[in-house]
Amino acid sequence: MPKPRQFEKPMGVRDFLPDFVNGKKWVEKQVGACFSSWGYREVITPTLEYFDTVGTASAIEEQKLFKLLDGQGQTLILRPDQTAPIARVISSVMREEPLPIRLSYHAGVFRSQEREAGRNAEFFQSGVELVGDGSPEADAEVVALAVECLQACGVRNIRVAVGHIGLLEALLQEELADREAVTELKKSLGRRNLVQFREKVRASGLPEQSQQRLLSLLSLRGERQVLHRLRDESRGEASAAGCAHLEAMWDALENWGVASYVMLDLSLIGSLDYYTGMYFEGYGADGYYLLSGGRYDRLMDLFGRPAPARGFALKTDRLVMACPERTEPRETVALVYPRRMHREACRQAKDLRRRGNRVTLFIVESGFSSEGLAGFDQVVEVREKDGD
Amino acid sequence: MGIDGRLTVAMPKGRIFRDALNLLGEAGLTLPRELVEDSRKLIVEVPGEDLSFLLVKPVDVPTCVEHGAADLGVVGKDVLLEEERDVYELLDLQISPCRLSLAGTTDWQPVLNPKVATKYPRIANRWFRKQGQQVEVICLNGSVELAPLTGLADRIVDIVSTGRTLRENGLVEMEEITRVTSRLIANRASYHLKSRQIGELYERLAQVVKEEGGLQ
Repeated sequence: MPKPRQFEKPMGVRDFLPDFVNGKKWVEKQVGACFSSWGYREVITPTLEYFDTVGTASAIEEQKLFKLLDGQGQTLILRPDQTAPIARVISSVMREEPLPIRLSYHAGVFRSQEREAGRNAEFFQSGVELVGDGSPEADAEVVALAVECLQACGVRNIRVAVGHIGLLEALLQEELADREAVTELKKSLGRRNLVQFREKVRASGLPEQSQQRLLSLLSLRGERQVLHRLRDESRGEASAAGCAHLEAMWDALENWGVASYVMLDLSLIGSLDYYTGMYFEGYGADGYYLLSGGRYDRLMDLFGRPAPARGFALKTDRLVMACPERTEPRETVALVYPRRMHREACRQAKDLRRRGNRVTLFIVESGFSSEGLAGFDQVVEVREKDGD
Repeated sequence: MGIDGRLTVAMPKGRIFRDALNLLGEAGLTLPRELVEDSRKLIVEVPGEDLSFLLVKPVDVPTCVEHGAADLGVVGKDVLLEEERDVYELLDLQISPCRLSLAGTTDWQPVLNPKVATKYPRIANRWFRKQGQQVEVICLNGSVELAPLTGLADRIVDIVSTGRTLRENGLVEMEEITRVTSRLIANRASYHLKSRQIGELYERLAQVVKEEGGLQ
């Protein structure tokens, strides 16, 4: 490997230019306002964590972690997501605070990527975690908040797909005694490979009726009636409980006025072995995947403060692209002055800034191109006044 | 990706194209005359329908679909296995069947440092690891059958349909790695945002290939 050239960056990381940074700040401001109005308090956790704590607890696969060694030879990681660090915070430094705890964040996360083509190794997320409170209403709260965040950013065409891993597992187990086979089917759905799912069901040797029931999981998509269909058909206690949970959640979503954005999809599955209950993904605009989240009841266990929990993370980079119509309220002003008028230029600049403008100064004698001024909303020249 | 109701389908030029076109015809889709393999036009719209086609190289179909340049795509399972893209694999279209196989010269003998030439380096690597064998995979872009004849590699991993090309080059199929047919794939966001349109097209195609059950 030759020495990197001056302009090169490690694979998957990017420079962010002013336009993007503006957009990012704008998005964070919009969603941050939503978070805090729903009672979520912002925290900041370190970029570096121990592999043995946060690294092993994270939903992100080990091969995607950036690892390094500290002076003592301990393996550190760059945080791959924000959920595991927040679980650590709630179980340690916030241990005395009673549950439920609502926290939010805006942070960059790091995931090493094998492939090129638009896959980033560092990207930004804004999100919330609601830890404690196992109710369907609390699950619905974060979904409703997610929708409100997308609305606050002006995203058109919002669609949130909601599944339930616990319910899916129960439905699979009702037909299949073999745990291994259940895991295999979950893996196929996790890879979004419906063809493989069907092949595995057909190769299972199960009675025809069982096979049909498994195959029909793929079409359990839609509105509330999906749950009615399921409730009438389902036989086990676990699936009935999952179904009841989703129904109660749907009621709560209706009360928040967001059910029309939601589509149930019982074959939807997130990171395997991490999510335990409802799981959701948000899409919008001309085909952007904008957020994901769900219920992760096992994570808090790993940090010694067992509690039901759920949250979501917005993909800030994509939100910036999905809502290009941001209003820039502040006018940009170029203030051009001859050197001897510097005092007057300072006075005028202060005045313009106080009125909310963004002011850049140019000295006439230094010489500047007209292109340099082209990007400004307004050009103001400082002239000598009579009697000065 | 098309806005609102419009569906864009990425079609692979080459081996699968004709079979895929016939299948779409059987499913009752109106196909414009410009939709031919050697079309100079790379985007072909279907007049009167909210449907357009992108004509791309097979290996680019999953990329187009993953990144949303197309909502749907038709592509061979070989390419899907090699590219490992984050897309929905919706339906086995059962067209253009063939197999991915390991092949070598008739007098092949195990060698100390085996080399395998292929257009499918990831599939080959995965498969040999699963067999517990360490091989050096050499990536070629065409005429893979040449490799054993010129000493570039001792075996190859490639697509076999009738076996004629192998025979003509004095090679034999040694082991089948996987069976290959073409698949209908979908972009993740489109699958949810355009569930109705995709569900309808899916059902038309599923009927032709006799797959039961819908997507919604």
